[in-house]
Amino acid sequence: MAAITLIEAVTAALAHELEHDKDVILFGEDVGKNGGVFRATDGLQKTYGEERVIDTPLAESMIAGLAVGMAAQGMKPVAEMQFMGFIFPAMEHIVTQVARMRNRTRGRLTMPMVIRAPYGGGIHAPEHHSESTEALFAHIPGLKVVIPSNPSRAYGLMLAAIRDPDPVIFLEPKRVYRIVKHEVEDNGEEYPLEACFVDREGKDITLISWGAMMHETLQAAEKLAAEGIDAEVIDVATVSPIDMETILESVRKTGRVCVVQEAPKSGSIGSEIAAEIAEHAVMSLLAPIGRVSGYDTVMPYYKLEKQYMPTVDRILDEARKIMEYK
Amino acid sequence: MTTTTVASFEIKHHQYLDADGKPTQELPAFAKDMDKMRALYRDMALLRAFDAKTYALQRTGKMGTYPASLGQEAIGIGYGDCLTADDVIVPYYRSTGGLLKHGVTMKEILQYWGGDEGGSDFSVAKEDFPICVPIGNQIIHAAGVAKAIQVRKQKRAVVTEIGEGGTSEGDFYEGINVAGVWNLGVVFMVNNNQWAISVPSAIQTACETYAQKAIAAGIEGIQVDGNDIIAVRQVAEYAVEKARNGGGPTVIESVTYRLCDHTTADDASRYDDKDVKDQAWKNEPMVRLRKYLEANKAWSDKDEEKMMAEIAKEVEAAVEEYMAIPKPGPELMFDHLYAELPEMTKPQREEAIARYKNQAGGAK
Repeated sequence: MAAITLIEAVTAALAHELEHDKDVILFGEDVGKNGGVFRATDGLQKTYGEERVIDTPLAESMIAGLAVGMAAQGMKPVAEMQFMGFIFPAMEHIVTQVARMRNRTRGRLTMPMVIRAPYGGGIHAPEHHSESTEALFAHIPGLKVVIPSNPSRAYGLMLAAIRDPDPVIFLEPKRVYRIVKHEVEDNGEEYPLEACFVDREGKDITLISWGAMMHETLQAAEKLAAEGIDAEVIDVATVSPIDMETILESVRKTGRVCVVQEAPKSGSIGSEIAAEIAEHAVMSLLAPIGRVSGYDTVMPYYKLEKQYMPTVDRILDEARKIMEYK
Repeated sequence: MTTTTVASFEIKHHQYLDADGKPTQELPAFAKDMDKMRALYRDMALLRAFDAKTYALQRTGKMGTYPASLGQEAIGIGYGDCLTADDVIVPYYRSTGGLLKHGVTMKEILQYWGGDEGGSDFSVAKEDFPICVPIGNQIIHAAGVAKAIQVRKQKRAVVTEIGEGGTSEGDFYEGINVAGVWNLGVVFMVNNNQWAISVPSAIQTACETYAQKAIAAGIEGIQVDGNDIIAVRQVAEYAVEKARNGGGPTVIESVTYRLCDHTTADDASRYDDKDVKDQAWKNEPMVRLRKYLEANKAWSDKDEEKMMAEIAKEVEAAVEEYMAIPKPGPELMFDHLYAELPEMTKPQREEAIARYKNQAGGAK
């Protein structure tokens, strides 16, 4: 067992599935010889050959459309979008074909595929490289949207995503690609999709997040503990469809809840979670639902990035406000 | 200034029968087989009768919006005749001819355009794609199917179809480009029927031909007289064989004319030119083939009468099957969304079913 980063865990999971399932095929821009611009597919073409780890022409609509054709033939394509900001040409295929093919054919043709994309801010990237648009995909019935927050989850959830019989948009929080290492055994054991992870048990307040923001959220929970506030922390992980049972159970226990996300506030995953809580557990609430999020602005270029991103302090401020509510 | 030519191209046009059904050159072997030619004539007649019946169903409220193939029958029937069950069609909305030839039933096509996705659950041709509605997506899907076939070292052709207007879409260029660079076994059939709804070819492209768009992708582009089923079939067969045997992709532009409206929801008299259309009727593919058959003493008025009666019966039987399909229940919205319906969505399924039952039970 070795301590590996989140991106190394992605690579390990991809390698595991290439090794054990001949139908798995990887492709995208620069994923072959170069191993991806972040190195997610580093060394895979060398090991598995140019027929299974393929550099494509530079066209995102084409990448998604190829995945549709291959999946319809029973292959399990894993397509890389180099950055989530460049996924939009592929949206037509994702929305009108990938998400719908099983339903359109009453189950005759299915779309067992993964579309991977690094996403999120905080790495001083060029313009259009830092947005968090997971809600756009979560809104589309027929897709699953999965976001790992740490190396073990990246490994286990990627395995599950590739093996899932339906299409998964797998969003990798690139800010935390390399900030922590986990001991991850390359044993092929997957984690369940459509399941939240309770990363810290507590009785006073439920903090809910996913992706890179889990790191700030867990730090905030530690600081709250020092103030005598016992926070429960949930990693949503599969942001669509959401495992609401785990969230509602926690909220019913704590009566206080704060959702933390990097994405803009309106029409977001956080909005959906808040609405579900209001619909199903409002009588358990001891305080209004709190939300810490990016602003409803265009994701700024990197000089203003820090001003946009939620911080541990913003989470603490909101959590304290919720705790003080009478 | 001194320059050198680093690339140049030419596009060949193929025609075997002129508008009077007279051979313009030595015919391929299949065209001399009168049984084969009668069968192709019948296939086109069936498609035309099926379209007419479907139009009538739409006008009487028993069918949704439907795109006919009037005047363009030689294309789908022509390439469809070259395919085996192992080949894959990735169709668009005017691929009825190709799909029928590949074993998709009239009932399924009626069910689909009658508003029920169940029609795309083909009982035969199980690897064929459902009809692509967004323009151009199918071009890339065909490339993806062909890539899977190539990776698995199979000998199967993929045929996809698009209108000439669709070749303005980015997906068309992206699809033929990757097919070229990966040498994929795809035949891209461009139905140049002169109209993208109301937009004529003249304001769709500055190219002299649509076939030459293939040149930019480094692949072969051929133009055929799309009203000449011998030309369509001959060139399609060449391209399909090439696709099956590792020879790579081909773009085939079939020049024809849309004698019908774009769909039942369109009224072409708002924009088309009556004189041009009258002329196009003189060039249409069935008259031409019938003249050829008659010249070879292979067709008579009696044959025509007998065939039309048989076809009418077949179409009528399909319509009866279609009309007998039970109305789909709301559970179908949910049951093929995912392999397993998400927990979050299950209550919505129950609600939809309960409401439907109440409506059904409460109906007087």
